[in-house]
Amino acid sequence: MKAKKKNEEPMTMEVSKGTGAVMTVILSGVAIAFVVPIFLVLMNSFKNKLYISDAPFALPTAETFAGLGNYINGIGRTGLVAAAGRSAFITVCSVIAIVLLTSMTAWWITRVHSKISSVLYYLFVFAMIVPFQMVMFTLSKVTDMLGLGNMFGIVFVYVGFGAGLSVFMFAGFIKAIPISLEEAAMLDGCSPIQTFFKVIVPILRPTMITVAILNAMWVWNDYLLPTLVLDSDAPTIPMAVQYLRGGYGSIDMGAMMAMLVLAIVPIIVFYLSCQKYIIKGVAAGAVKG
Amino acid sequence: MEKAYKKYFWLFVLPTLIAFTLFFVIPFLMGIVLSFCKFTTVTNAHFVGLSNYIKAFSNKDFLNALWFTTKFTVVAVLTVNVFAFILAYALTRGIKGTNLFRTTFFMPNLIGGIVLGYIWQLIINGVLAKFGVTITADPKYGFWGMVILMNWQLIGYMMIIYIAGIQNIPTELVEAAKIDGASKLQALFKVTIPMVMSSITICLFLTLTNSFKLFDQNYALTAGGPAKKTSMLALDIYSTFYGRNGWEGVGQAKAVIFFVLVGILALTQLYFTRRKEVES
Repeated sequence: MKAKKKNEEPMTMEVSKGTGAVMTVILSGVAIAFVVPIFLVLMNSFKNKLYISDAPFALPTAETFAGLGNYINGIGRTGLVAAAGRSAFITVCSVIAIVLLTSMTAWWITRVHSKISSVLYYLFVFAMIVPFQMVMFTLSKVTDMLGLGNMFGIVFVYVGFGAGLSVFMFAGFIKAIPISLEEAAMLDGCSPIQTFFKVIVPILRPTMITVAILNAMWVWNDYLLPTLVLDSDAPTIPMAVQYLRGGYGSIDMGAMMAMLVLAIVPIIVFYLSCQKYIIKGVAAGAVKG
Repeated sequence: MEKAYKKYFWLFVLPTLIAFTLFFVIPFLMGIVLSFCKFTTVTNAHFVGLSNYIKAFSNKDFLNALWFTTKFTVVAVLTVNVFAFILAYALTRGIKGTNLFRTTFFMPNLIGGIVLGYIWQLIINGVLAKFGVTITADPKYGFWGMVILMNWQLIGYMMIIYIAGIQNIPTELVEAAKIDGASKLQALFKVTIPMVMSSITICLFLTLTNSFKLFDQNYALTAGGPAKKTSMLALDIYSTFYGRNGWEGVGQAKAVIFFVLVGILALTQLYFTRRKEVES
């Protein structure tokens, strides 16, 4: 409803009805071009693997139709169902841990004015710009040494490596919260812990959703970090998809198409069900980051 | 009040700080040190001075990756932003179906890099099959393949930011331009574009860093083929580490150089955003 209202506001310059119709037609063409790649993958996932690479644009025929064969074969070879479970577990745990821990940290370093807090703040900001390749090798060695190379340990790795951006975003919003609220809570006898959870957390809710969405997109789709940290026989979805490439660059295209479909479906369902938050969150994240 | 808060350092900061130290600070510092060492695992490292950096800068693959990444970044940044702005402009004219279009254009952004890479490998190989070749036959195919992929992935995202920027322009400004007899094109170039400069800065740097640091898409689409000719920096660092025995140190040196380059981009962005804040 809200979004609709926005469109009815007078925009920079509205177009006439005729131009509007022409634009709708052109934009529909562009929209179809945006959806076609996903449709092609879906269509090819039902074709026999021999008929995919050379003719991906041909519709399945009686001869090339493979039914659910690619799905059964692909799931068997990649263990995609278990991989999806692992991906879900890692994403949910990491996102909860990141949102909770970094919001607490951001609050403390914003409210307490000391050398430690400003050093920490600049360290977190610095961490945001360091590309993963810089720490890729050493990080995987540290994880190995600590015995954290499993789906529980990787949650700590995500908290540590993801802390920079999240602390920075929370700190930006906490600075704008008037301190008088906390003083009032204090007078009412709240401990700092109560103040944080009863006063600050409700105000931070929209930011928490933004941070959660940005981190969920990162962790769910992340390929390199889990590849280096996790055991190769306990893959996440992106790892399982990559395994289909096999040696010498040969790929079972049928299984690949089916696995791509299965990898995309949860994302689209998630997107369509909380689209409003995702688009807002991404825009807010971009402005702050 | 601050005093009361201070006592809770262990609860509010310590857990994050431990994870941050273990998985960022220590690996980062070790990475700097190891870039001056020869090693195969962390424990057998010995100091070799600048030799890793010299090897990195005289490594043909690395220089090629640097050039390829630069070319790709320039083309991707320009195309993504031009198309995203056009779409955002069209979607703020109050035409029918605006919401549906916005939803559709943004969707590819949520799909992960590995999956994106294989989707486009299918399509590009399908087109090239008509000419009897595949994407790894010529670096040109890989280059343009990645440009198309990047556009498909990022246009929707940048479009969202541009839409927010355009919607923030005060209506009076445009009305005034209309009354003064400005044509639509004049209003676009004299009012709309100058008023969304901050969105443009954000989008330029977002596409810039995203393209420069690209790994997954590159790895899945071409894996650097043919003969590492389409390897970007991140992929080249990866293959130096894990594809060439005894070159771990050089890989780490390349990673430090990569970090410095990304750092320079980030500082430039900071400079531009700060300057804008002073102006406004």
